Amino acid sequence: MANQPFSVLDRPNSYIGKSVPRPNARRLLEGRGRFADDLNLPRMLHTAFLRSPFAHARIIKIDAEKAKAAPGVILIADGKDVATHCKPWEGTLAHFPGMKSPLQFPLPLERACWQGEPVLAIAAESRAQAEDAIDLVEIEWEELPVLADSETALDPDTPLIHPELGDNQTFNLMLENGTVDQTFADAERIIEKTFHFGRHTAVTVEPRSLIADFDDSEGRLTVYYSSQSPYQMQDVFSRHLNITEDKVHVICEDIGGSFGMKLHVYGEDLTTCALSIMTGRPVKFTADRFESFVSDIHHRDHRVHAKMAVSNQGKIQAMEIDDLTGIGPYSVYPRTSAVEGNQVVRLTGGSYQFTDYRAKLNVVFQNKNVMCQYRAVGHPIACSVTEGMVDFAAAELGIDPVEMRRRNLIKDDQYPYTSPTGLIFEKLSHHQSLEKVLEMMDYDALRAEQAKLREQGIHRGIGLATFIEITNPGPAFYGLGGARISAQDGCMMKLEPSGKIFCSVSVTEQGQGTETVMAQIAASELGMPLDDVRMLTGDTEKTPYGGATWGSRGVGIGGEAVLRAARALRNNLLEVAGAVLQCSADQLDIQNSQVIDKNTGTERLSVAEIGRIAYFRSDTLPQDFHPQLTVARHYVPQGPPFAFTNGIQASYLELDQETGFFKLLKHWAVEDCGTQINPRLVEEQIRGGVVQGLGAALYEECLYDEQGQFLNPTLADYLVPMAAEIPDIQVGHVVTPTAYSELGAKGAGEAGTAGAAAAVMNALNDALRPFKTELTRMPFTPERILRALGKV
Amino acid sequence: MKAPIFDYIKANSLSEVFDLMEKWGEDARIIAGGQSLVPAMNFRLTTPSLLIDINGIEELKGITHSQSTLNIGALTRHYELGTSEEVTKHAPLLSKAVPHIAHEAIRSRGTFGGSLVHADPSAEIPACAMVLDGRFQLQSRQGCRSVSARDFFKGLFETAMEPGEILVSADFDVNEDGYQSALCELERRQGDYATIGVAARAKTDSGNLFDLRLVYFALEDKPILANHAAAILEGSRGDEAAIAAAKTELTKDLNPIGDLHTSANTKLHLAKVLLERVVKNLLKHAKGTDD
Amino acid sequence: MTEKLYPLTFTLNGSTITRHVTSRLSLADFLRTEMNLTGTHVGCEHGVCGACTIRVEGRLSRSCLMFAIQVEGMTVETVEGLNASGELHSLQEAFHELNALQCGFCTPGILITAAQLLQETPLPSRKQIRDYLSGNYCRCTGYHAIVDAVEQASQKQAERR
Ligand SMILES: Cc1cc2nc3c(=O)[nH]c(=O)nc-3n(C[C@H](O)[C@H](O)[C@H](O)COP(=O)(O)OP(=O)(O)OC[C@H]3O[C@@H](n4cnc5c(N)ncnc54)[C@H](O)[C@@H]3O)c2cc1C
Ligand code: FES
Ligand code: FES
Repeated sequence: MANQPFSVLDRPNSYIGKSVPRPNARRLLEGRGRFADDLNLPRMLHTAFLRSPFAHARIIKIDAEKAKAAPGVILIADGKDVATHCKPWEGTLAHFPGMKSPLQFPLPLERACWQGEPVLAIAAESRAQAEDAIDLVEIEWEELPVLADSETALDPDTPLIHPELGDNQTFNLMLENGTVDQTFADAERIIEKTFHFGRHTAVTVEPRSLIADFDDSEGRLTVYYSSQSPYQMQDVFSRHLNITEDKVHVICEDIGGSFGMKLHVYGEDLTTCALSIMTGRPVKFTADRFESFVSDIHHRDHRVHAKMAVSNQGKIQAMEIDDLTGIGPYSVYPRTSAVEGNQVVRLTGGSYQFTDYRAKLNVVFQNKNVMCQYRAVGHPIACSVTEGMVDFAAAELGIDPVEMRRRNLIKDDQYPYTSPTGLIFEKLSHHQSLEKVLEMMDYDALRAEQAKLREQGIHRGIGLATFIEITNPGPAFYGLGGARISAQDGCMMKLEPSGKIFCSVSVTEQGQGTETVMAQIAASELGMPLDDVRMLTGDTEKTPYGGATWGSRGVGIGGEAVLRAARALRNNLLEVAGAVLQCSADQLDIQNSQVIDKNTGTERLSVAEIGRIAYFRSDTLPQDFHPQLTVARHYVPQGPPFAFTNGIQASYLELDQETGFFKLLKHWAVEDCGTQINPRLVEEQIRGGVVQGLGAALYEECLYDEQGQFLNPTLADYLVPMAAEIPDIQVGHVVTPTAYSELGAKGAGEAGTAGAAAAVMNALNDALRPFKTELTRMPFTPERILRALGKV
Repeated sequence: MKAPIFDYIKANSLSEVFDLMEKWGEDARIIAGGQSLVPAMNFRLTTPSLLIDINGIEELKGITHSQSTLNIGALTRHYELGTSEEVTKHAPLLSKAVPHIAHEAIRSRGTFGGSLVHADPSAEIPACAMVLDGRFQLQSRQGCRSVSARDFFKGLFETAMEPGEILVSADFDVNEDGYQSALCELERRQGDYATIGVAARAKTDSGNLFDLRLVYFALEDKPILANHAAAILEGSRGDEAAIAAAKTELTKDLNPIGDLHTSANTKLHLAKVLLERVVKNLLKHAKGTDD
Repeated sequence: MTEKLYPLTFTLNGSTITRHVTSRLSLADFLRTEMNLTGTHVGCEHGVCGACTIRVEGRLSRSCLMFAIQVEGMTVETVEGLNASGELHSLQEAFHELNALQCGFCTPGILITAAQLLQETPLPSRKQIRDYLSGNYCRCTGYHAIVDAVEQASQKQAERR
């Protein structure tokens, strides 16, 4: 037994499955974070942007003479000036056939296509002076017709935003499986509903921020960047600014929230780099909150018609959906704005057993800010449509929503399973998760309480939402379509002479705990205490190349790279130990930073001693023995294109039927992300994600008028969830590891967001049921609820 | 989002303020707590050439009371208002309003006078001052005049103040025995400006409503007295029929303006709902129970 | 045209500071750029997010809604000062243990607000904690862990007393 190699999951003193606190959180707690805006470089300039006041308008004339003479102003650049240093881009990918989007310049050359689009940049000695100068610029505009309502985008008489493209569509897609028409024709019941999802935006507390520092003497660009994707941006900066990749250095230290928003290409950011090239000075751009609202990518904005065929016994037989989504005037580079819609149509219905499915997707242009991937891309839409329909069907048939799910969810022994849209589920745990959440919430007692209170005129609602989540995207995800976005990750690890370990990994940290989890894996596999492992992330010159953070992939992909690197380094260390101790490395292992005899457990040598001998007394080692004390490993995700996870959420709320206000009383989430390296960090990912989903249900919506004017670009008017309204969130776990990797970990970053809004919607509709009304338009504002209730 | 350039002078006395206002005219702006003014300056919606900081002027501070009058200095911070025993005793409605105003970090700087002069139609303090029939002391180089709360609020961020005037303090009759006050507010999130709210006061010790005064806020461009509805309820026990009649009468009092999130119709509906709630609240206290 | 500079003397984290500042420089920007106290964060510059919350004259204040010039003669405390004085210790321990922060951007403002709460209400209920923190926006955590941590810190402080 003792000679068996331990798997990392059960090595002695393993940190896998332990909720250790995050070592790198200390700094943040003491006010010692290192966020991009905290840095000020010598001679640094600050940028402000003049933004289009119109949703669609031609620039006739720019008069910047007064601004040029304003105090502190160093440089004013318009679209043409920036274009001489920066190539435009096109937000399409080859694996979205037929997709089209026009070339986009960092600042437009002649036409602004959304209100808030940056059109002119001013670099000045201070941000305040740059803003002063912006106020002195006069632009003559010619207003153009505005396309604000995506419903009319494809009408024949709607003016085209980009006439050269032929229509206002960027992408469309039809998916069909089975005999949909026949099944609907034969159906005992057909449920039909339309769902609306508001436009949201990320509202990270730290706004987008970067400092570009171009050093003319070496032709090198260094960018200190609040970005989750340093490698992708190194590539973008290199190709678009025409600097060879080896001369672009991107450094992402602490990042104040990103959630997918900070991985897209923004005109302001490339302009800031261009300004640094033009001035030869470091240039900072930190978006203010107005700028964040009108220029950080938006997300969601879907209208979905849905139809479901069910038998009188409550068996779901078919589903058909039609998704229309508006993405603004450009598809965002380099990931495109087609991904969200694509995921909506592929994920809808995915938890259930039916096979007849048809989906239509239309992705259209509008004169609004651009829309792109954000946490749980497409999932909340797919989940809300599916789960909403399941509950509507259950209600129509008089079946309890729990029973409805028991009858229709893919059975826990039905795996591997292929969904109607071709998604491959290795193994999910819908039924186990359902039972778990029912137990956590004491479903029957809650229903009894609800019934009792209803008699007293108190209207509470209970809502469930099952979900599936795409994690660990495989090697084919972006590369296939021609995007230079890596799907693999790498890890570099070295022994310090002191016997400590330095480890750098290409996955980045935004507070989710990347560095901690990676250190846990490394320490476990190495046989060393966590304190002995120091992590570095987010620096293109000091870490291996990889995909960084997106698509819930950090642990599942990066973690495997770390595991492999740690194993290789341990073996190398043991070889040195073997040479020193004159025994076979096979007989040795490392525990608690001590080399031990595997059979007896006797301590033979410390890792520090290995460091000392290998680095300073290699003269004592055998001839031609070269200790390998630095290793690197990369990992490419294996198996199906994605590692699917699943889970379920539940919401309990109380509706005030007179005012249309409702109060969330409690929220539950059960999540199955496979092996949990650090359960507390998983729970916190879930909770944070849930609350972003609650924001969608309760408050969040970028409001535009018919002229494409953004109406609520402040934190006083765009409401986000705050502590007082958010309930406690109880998290439970089911563990179904993936067999395609050693650790068995899947992603957990987006699950919370995927299902929260759907659970609230179902709970709200449960509360509304006695009033024979329902709501399918998010957010569920008092205004909408009162309208649904017929009170106004 | 950086404020434009301005000059700054911290005034030590009212006469200094008057000098400055005379010299700078419309270009000068008083800063009290700054909790409304500074956001507006950061947004560059307001671009004063001179900021006159009045935070050092002692005459504007303090809460005092005589036999029949409670006097609240303009520079009284929201938190001071909320924790003052005198206010709780003599103008309990104002203490009840404070927890609805923003959050602790804002209440610790924002001022009573600033709230009144800023005249945000969604703010609590102006509505309460109207319910309590406050009288505002406006001082200028020419002297002091007193304007009643009912005449003070003119419209969106508009008041009866004349150029060259400063709000020094407000007087309120001390709460008489047998009177109850209540504030009902619907806010999307704790501390948000109201979606709609109503402040009320009545003599309730007999279990009937007398001398009822109802003021709605976040409904029109200024706080609105609902006199018709109050008249219907006068003398009633807040019974269903009286409340139903008062709700109908409310349409005479109110002419709601919709906002970004709530339509005019919805505001009217909510005004009716709050009418019932605020009356119940007044009477509930009358019967000696507390909520 | 150079902007007018105003003399400013005040007490920052226990030390007397004398500087010259422009009138329009916000206290938040002053602390971050002139004093290099970058623990005070800026998230909205209109008073809503709470990331810039500090203590002025012993009370909470939004440093984005004050001009630096206004703190003449006053006492200002930031996360750096409260960290050094040890006032945040129990909160920091609890936040660390319970992972009540993710990106950490909101954290200094939340710690200072929570410290103020515990001064006023040594053993707050969960609802009191949520209400008191109602003006501090956190996009990452969902608040639950923050409430747990403040609760735990308050209990630990009470035990020690
Ligand atoms: C995030 C946030 C949320 C808020 N929520 C609420 C809320 O829910 N309810 C609410 O009522 N308020 C709210 N406020 C506003 C807050 O209450 C302000 O403090 C108040 O409205 C203005 O008071 P101030 O002392 O800050 O005035 P300032 O901002 O200093 O001044 C406001 C205006 O009044 C003038 N002024 C001030 N004092 C005088 C005086 N004595 N004489 C003449 N003119 C004077 C100024 O010149 C200026 O025009 C909120 C503010 C913020 C930032
Ligand atoms: S930056 Fe001051 S409250 Fe947001
Ligand atoms: S931890 Fe990121 S905003 Fe609070």
